[in-house]
Amino acid sequence: MGVLETRNLSLKLNGKNILDKLNIDLWQGHVHAVVGPNGAGKSTLAYTIMGLDGYRNIEGDIFFNGVSLKNKGVAERAKMGITLGWQEPARYEGLTVKQFIIASAKEKKVETVEEVLSKVGLNPEEYINRAVDKTLSGGERKKIELASILAMQPSFVMLDEPDSGIDVASLEKIFEGIKLLKNYGATVVLITHSLTVMKQAEHAFLLCGGKIVEKGSISKIEPYFEKECLPCEHKNIPDKGGS
Amino acid sequence: MDINELLKLAEEDKALMDKDTAHLTINLNKVVSKNIVPGLHVDTKELKDSVEVKIKVDDGVVIEKKVHLCFGVTHEKALQKIKMDIDIGKNASISVLSHCIFPKAVDVKHIMDAKINVGENASYTYEEKHIHSVDGGIEVYPKADVKLDKKAKFKTTFELVEGRVGKLDINYSVTGLKESVMELMSKVSGRGDDIIKIKEGGNLIGEKARGVLTSRVAVRDNAKAEVYNIIKATAPYARGHVDCKEIIQGNGVATAIPVVEVKHPKAHVTHEAAIGSVNSKQLQTLMARGLSEDDATDLIIEGLLS
Ligand SMILES: Nc1ncnc2c1ncn2[C@@H]1O[C@H](COP(=O)(O)OP(=O)(O)OP(=O)(O)O)[C@@H](O)[C@H]1O
Ligand SMILES: [Mg+2]
Repeated sequence: MGVLETRNLSLKLNGKNILDKLNIDLWQGHVHAVVGPNGAGKSTLAYTIMGLDGYRNIEGDIFFNGVSLKNKGVAERAKMGITLGWQEPARYEGLTVKQFIIASAKEKKVETVEEVLSKVGLNPEEYINRAVDKTLSGGERKKIELASILAMQPSFVMLDEPDSGIDVASLEKIFEGIKLLKNYGATVVLITHSLTVMKQAEHAFLLCGGKIVEKGSISKIEPYFEKECLPCEHKNIPDKGGS
Repeated sequence: MDINELLKLAEEDKALMDKDTAHLTINLNKVVSKNIVPGLHVDTKELKDSVEVKIKVDDGVVIEKKVHLCFGVTHEKALQKIKMDIDIGKNASISVLSHCIFPKAVDVKHIMDAKINVGENASYTYEEKHIHSVDGGIEVYPKADVKLDKKAKFKTTFELVEGRVGKLDINYSVTGLKESVMELMSKVSGRGDDIIKIKEGGNLIGEKARGVLTSRVAVRDNAKAEVYNIIKATAPYARGHVDCKEIIQGNGVATAIPVVEVKHPKAHVTHEAAIGSVNSKQLQTLMARGLSEDDATDLIIEGLLS
């Protein structure tokens, strides 16, 4: 039994099958990875679980703690404890880091903001009053997104390419953030095509063309992914629909 | 309500007690109090249904503390007419915070007509903050004609911080000589049947003159907004930019008319205008953190107008 289960989950976008009869069980308190080449449907799966606009017209069903998510909107799913960190986080003109994180936070106080910023390796003094806009670098925005998720204390987190735009030194901070989520009992889904990120997980699902082609422990998936997927030509299909 | 309560509302009471802070307070068409600092001259003339205000800063004088202007109307029904004549001397510098407070307005009209001269290498910063009544019984007509001498800097922001817009009709025109800089920014959020008109014109007639016109407007319910921004550049290396963002919800209607006119091959003017509902990714991110759609929308608009 998973905390989140998809049952024959299919999604068509513009008449094209993007997710194809997926049956996935994600276990409570575990860190999972969803890996696969560009265009495999990884982001789409995350958007569909989150219930974003345009991704709710599904076939099959998604259950969270046994409850169908089918007729629930984004905010409702978030209130149940589900959240998503985007592959490429949004920018907000004029909104400060403090406002953004407080809006997300379970405990709405400045101390929370400072705490989560430190956890992702950003100096609170330097960042708390900056705007979450185009003046932040891509990597900084990713970290602030993760900080907002830490502040929210969700029970089910999907992180879409948590390492994109993150330098090697900061990657450790992101991994620490993932451990923090796990340590307080959250279920984590890492969406990635990086082996380093995949190794932070306990289990992996290999997605290709909207289908699960392999699943199991990291030690099982890693060689397969390395041998079959990384050299695969899909890899070079640029990301158009995602993020 | 008396003028002191009004000043408290704008959190102006403390600044007005400080003898090193220059101020001028006008209630309707009467001068209530005034304080000046060396190098600054403020002359007022009360006419039958208006006030004339002359502000002059002597050449080379740098006024350290912000000058506070307060134009209030404590009445429910009134016409307030202010004629301003502002002259900033060569190499002088002044920053003005202007509060326009009409908290009781049911049928109030505020007309401001300003002529502003900013001298060579002088700097004039003007922040206008409005507090209106909650039911929008107000019409506001700020008009300014601004001349910038060589290397002069002019920066102005218009902001409605509280209450309903009612009807707002801004009309600013700024002309800049060589190496002058103009920055105009307006931020307004309308609801109910508010009407917002913003007309800002920048004339970059001097070499290397620069200008930026920025508008941030949100309209909901049946509010209407019309933003007409125009930059003309007629001198070499003049640089201009028009940036207008409007967010609409409900039956709100927004129009943006950015006009750029360039009459010199070495001048460069750009514009961007975006009208639409709240950005979907921003909205959905906040909703994915547990905010309702309305709260998320409010927060995004609050950011945009901050
Ligand atoms: N609205 C849409 N209409 C049609 N096709 C779409 C739409 N959105 C996404 N797709 C397609 O769905 C497929 C899966 O996209 P998705 O973004 O989920 O891939 P991904 O696995 O996250 O890839 P990446 O590794 O590049 O981020 C892609 O082929 C994409 O082009
Ligand atoms: Mg993706």
